[in-house]
Amino acid sequence: MIIIITLGTNVGTKAREDGRAFDELRNLKIDAGVLERADGSAYLEFGGNKILVAIYGPKESYIRRLQRPDRAVIRCRYNMAPFSVDDRKRPGPDRRSIEISKITAEALHSSVILEKYPRSMIEVFIEVLEAEGGTRCAGITAASVAMADAGIPMRDMVVACAAGKVNGEIVLDLSEVEDKDGEADVPVAILPRTGQITLLQSDGNLSADEFEKALDLAIKGCQQISEVQKEALKNRYGV
Amino acid sequence: MIFVNDKDLVVPGEILAEDDFHPGRGTFKEENKICSSVVGLIALRNKKISVIPLQSKYIPKRGDVVIGEITDIRFSMWGLDINSPYSGLLPASEVFGKEKRELDKVFKIGDVLFLRVVDVDEVRKVKLGLKGRGLGKFKGGILIYITPTKVPRLIGKKGSMINMIKDKTNCEIVVGQNGVVWVNGDIEMERVAEKVIKMIQKQAHTSGLTDRVREMLAQLTGEELEVSKDTEAVEGEENDNDNASSEDEKDVKQENDTNSSEKDNKNIPREIFESKLNLNHKR
Repeated sequence: MIIIITLGTNVGTKAREDGRAFDELRNLKIDAGVLERADGSAYLEFGGNKILVAIYGPKESYIRRLQRPDRAVIRCRYNMAPFSVDDRKRPGPDRRSIEISKITAEALHSSVILEKYPRSMIEVFIEVLEAEGGTRCAGITAASVAMADAGIPMRDMVVACAAGKVNGEIVLDLSEVEDKDGEADVPVAILPRTGQITLLQSDGNLSADEFEKALDLAIKGCQQISEVQKEALKNRYGV
Repeated sequence: MIFVNDKDLVVPGEILAEDDFHPGRGTFKEENKICSSVVGLIALRNKKISVIPLQSKYIPKRGDVVIGEITDIRFSMWGLDINSPYSGLLPASEVFGKEKRELDKVFKIGDVLFLRVVDVDEVRKVKLGLKGRGLGKFKGGILIYITPTKVPRLIGKKGSMINMIKDKTNCEIVVGQNGVVWVNGDIEMERVAEKVIKMIQKQAHTSGLTDRVREMLAQLTGEELEVSKDTEAVEGEENDNDNASSEDEKDVKQENDTNSSEKDNKNIPREIFESKLNLNHKR
């Protein structure tokens, strides 16, 4: 199942490196329930990104000190495979993956109805098989599909998307090249029904106006991705 | 105002209705809107909207009968895995009364028991008991894990589905409300029952399931077991009743055949894994 999203036409004269319009997303495909042994799982392809997410839980917290008497806790592990990037990535957690694990857990936190499972634990494993820019957003998007697949009650499905500034233009969904050469990158995660923001980072230099513009663009992208998420879950049950 | 129909498939966060409706299970209310919280099928009863989840974890409830495996032996109690986020406790007093005996001489780690949930307290401590008819330790057999929400579908109306499997495979089958199924019988037949139960779990949300289960059973048992024509005729009559009930229960679009066969293939590693588990139980 491949769902191609095209947002508008190539309006600008200066096209992007990969031929996309400034407000155009890369090709997105999500499959839910791909792993047999996990409670919930999802596989996502977003441009050149290939990400696999597995959810285990809610289960008895095996780390006693993390247990909360009134709610469940979410633990998250973001990991990049050594072969996911051009130069071999040294295996194991590094500064960047620890940060992404933390922000992913926090982005998902407000969507899940944690009070329903006190003293338990939900584990999220995000494995990046191939990376091409925007993996943190793609990871969050896939994780919330996997969460829903696991039957964990949620208020809404979190969806994430980035916007940024490349060659003086505000663009949606930065690729790896654009991220490296560009001036700024703003990853955003929202709850699409209410529009609440659960993740907002900004890397690089942006004026206040540019930031507003980037944020609006990212939220627009999120709304589009949200539709694909819902589609993926419905497809899983053959409807 | 309502935005969905009965038996529609919904995803978390979808707005189901506004104003004069009541939120049921699997939903929540936000301002004046009722939203779904899980992936599931809509169940409309008068003005109450619920979502029956397609996937869930077992939450222990007082009075349920469950199947658990002993994972821990402590000073005066056994710890059990009951396929839930919360582990179960079986106090020694439930088994011995006031008498004091060594616990590991009665039940060992890995033993499978059929129990009743006696109490669940505020800190989700699940107290189990063995008092009641049919409760106790299982000898031999295999364990199959299914989603707890699909237990009613596996049992069927007045046990129609489970009795059909029992008859055709000649196996003893016990279903715990926590989604653990114990099957005991001929090794070949245990495998057949397992395949059928897995199929029911995969297709629980589709209609006409009873017929497909019957077909599958006939196909799988056909080679090994010759069913006499008399019994088939009797079952033919039952069919009609079952049909009516199954259509009552669910009326959702059917999955196509290619889809389901693909899913069966994915099942293989799990089956191998479980067959390994069984060796332990048979000791």
